[in-house]
Amino acid sequence: MTPTITFLLILTFIVSVGGLLVLVWSIATDQFRHGKRAARTIFAPGEVGQEEDPAHEDSPVEATGAPAEAEFEARRIADTSSRTPVLAWLASAVAWLAIGSIYGLIASLKMHLPEFLADDAVLTFGRVRPMHLNAVAYGWASMAGVGIAIWLVPRLFKTPLVGGRFATAGAITWNIGMVLGLAAIGAGFSDGEEWLEFPWQLDLFFVIGGALAAAPLLLTVRNRTVEHLYVTSWYLMAALVWFPVLFLIANIPNIFPGASGATVNWWFAHNVLGLWVTPIGVGIAYYLIPKILGKPIISYQLSLLGFWALALFYSQVGIHHLIGGPVPGWLVTLSIVHSVMMAVPVITVAINHHGTMMGSFGKLKTSPTLRFVWIGSLMYTVASLQGSIEALRSVNVITHFTHYTVGHAHLGLYGFLSFILFGAIYFAMPRLMAWEWPSRRLISLHFWLASGGILVYVVALSVGGWLQGLALIDGSVPFMDSVRLTIPYLEARSIGGAMMTAGHIVFAAHFLMVLLRRGQRRERPTLFRSVASEVAS
Amino acid sequence: MKKTVAIMAGAALILLFATVMLVFLPYVQLDSEPVPEGLEPYTAQELRGRQSYIANGCLYCHSQQPRDPGFSDADRMRGWGRASVPGDYAYDEPQLMGTMRTGPDLFNIGARQPSVAWQLLHLYDPRAVVPDSIMPPYRFLFEVVDEPLPEHTVVNVPPEFRQGHGVVVATQQALDLVAYLLALDHTYPADVLPEAEEAQE
Repeated sequence: MTPTITFLLILTFIVSVGGLLVLVWSIATDQFRHGKRAARTIFAPGEVGQEEDPAHEDSPVEATGAPAEAEFEARRIADTSSRTPVLAWLASAVAWLAIGSIYGLIASLKMHLPEFLADDAVLTFGRVRPMHLNAVAYGWASMAGVGIAIWLVPRLFKTPLVGGRFATAGAITWNIGMVLGLAAIGAGFSDGEEWLEFPWQLDLFFVIGGALAAAPLLLTVRNRTVEHLYVTSWYLMAALVWFPVLFLIANIPNIFPGASGATVNWWFAHNVLGLWVTPIGVGIAYYLIPKILGKPIISYQLSLLGFWALALFYSQVGIHHLIGGPVPGWLVTLSIVHSVMMAVPVITVAINHHGTMMGSFGKLKTSPTLRFVWIGSLMYTVASLQGSIEALRSVNVITHFTHYTVGHAHLGLYGFLSFILFGAIYFAMPRLMAWEWPSRRLISLHFWLASGGILVYVVALSVGGWLQGLALIDGSVPFMDSVRLTIPYLEARSIGGAMMTAGHIVFAAHFLMVLLRRGQRRERPTLFRSVASEVAS
Repeated sequence: MKKTVAIMAGAALILLFATVMLVFLPYVQLDSEPVPEGLEPYTAQELRGRQSYIANGCLYCHSQQPRDPGFSDADRMRGWGRASVPGDYAYDEPQLMGTMRTGPDLFNIGARQPSVAWQLLHLYDPRAVVPDSIMPPYRFLFEVVDEPLPEHTVVNVPPEFRQGHGVVVATQQALDLVAYLLALDHTYPADVLPEAEEAQE
């Protein structure tokens, strides 16, 4: 044991000195000079001050003179250059969302109605639950994230997408992996670790599918016409490096037996959140919030600082899932420290997102995209700070092993990530299809079902989980009491879940209408047309 | 292009660092942990049962990691056993420590409920033995026959919990699963991790 401690001390020293040198170097070479100008990279000349919101009925048409006009035309070409691959990823994602939420609802009902659908092995709780997780995490969140990322690439680099057919092939490969993976779990061939249930043989589909999706990004970046890479592309590129490495290492079979398997399991599972879906969600919000408002983010330097802080701190938080477990104390402490340090990147993102919103909160009333994206961003702040607190030993001793954690996970993956993805899809689809969302009512219905549902869900599980935790750590309370007291909260969770599922079905139907160009054709499609004279405001 | 490579390389380096800290170092340390003398490898039947445990997702509601009394004394008071140590998991591939206690910890269920008959009945319908249980029934691991053969293991299900007409018998899968559950007995002594005291702060 002693050699390990010595090694850790030396390593800590070297890393600190290294970090200091990087800081000296970055100040000496003026790495923080990117300021206001870099933040304006995403706008065309003269576009600042113009709102852009295709999901908005009365969206003002952008046009401010000749230079902008050329750039808008280029953007229109860029936007449509990615149509086939983006639609392939997004449509699959929406389908997995609908399927995944139905699995989730079944699993939720089974928690308080154990006889519900109990006679079929395929539908037993222990199979439906991982099918829900994998369908929404790898089917919905990952596929929608990749789809939006591919759509943003030409916009960020201001050049048409190159190699889009690779991404289309990637979507097909990924979907094959999803279908086979879910079927395997249903048939009882799970790998047996949370977030890693798909049999490792099938993981190859995701590695290949992911690599194919990454190809156009790397091919397009070479043609970029922008001088500065906007912070969103930093997040997207990093996520692209991180996910394959994580997924590959964690899925190699038979090399991490026993207790070290648990550390690898949670190193992976929390990094799927921290280094895969979080950078995608935060990156998208970094693009959409300023773009919809027509205002650059308030502190660009801070956004880059936040990026590196996220990379550094988020990558080491995973072992807080094993507090009190049979793993070395130093390892748990390391993850707790990093969990608390996560407040740094979270606050930098909060300052930028919410600070940019200052003075524009009125737009939340009219813009569905902004409403989804900003609430998503707000939930990122809330869920992340909650996570930092939850990692403290004194809190974790109560919340660990309870439904509280499940509520927290949904606040993050749904309240934060899914809301941003919903907003992004509302933003992107009219551009891709040259067809507006047919019904403001349906968007509104989706919004209220989703927000009402997640509110009920998180409140119920947080309260119920906390009470369950208090009962669990009191050895004089009979165990069954900790089960009985959660029942009303589990029932409330099913209500919340049913609302969310209903919202997803509305959303999927609406999505399909745009995809098939159904509904009433808008007289004035809010695309990149220069019809300023007609608007005559 | 240079900037792109720099960002991606920086991202990769940071992940590499995290991998060293959270994957490589723990692996080196945990791999050198002694295997407790009282721990026996699983038999072929127990391993089959373990696969059933995985396939039916028992791990989503049951943990297999009693906590240290210094951290939370309740596990010891409930009779769930001493705090587990890394060596206890030497033959676990994959580990099934779990993250939920919707149901009780099962690290020592074999010592707590060593009766095969109880385990089978509980799997057939948990509410036959624990009235308010929310555990799903695993009736699909059982068969109903008119006349049990000598090699059948009959489960004496009270009439109000029995489904179908006839005698309930356990399938091989159910017997394997119970064999695994009974093998979950870590009541032998084991040294705690040297850092355990540190972890109790």
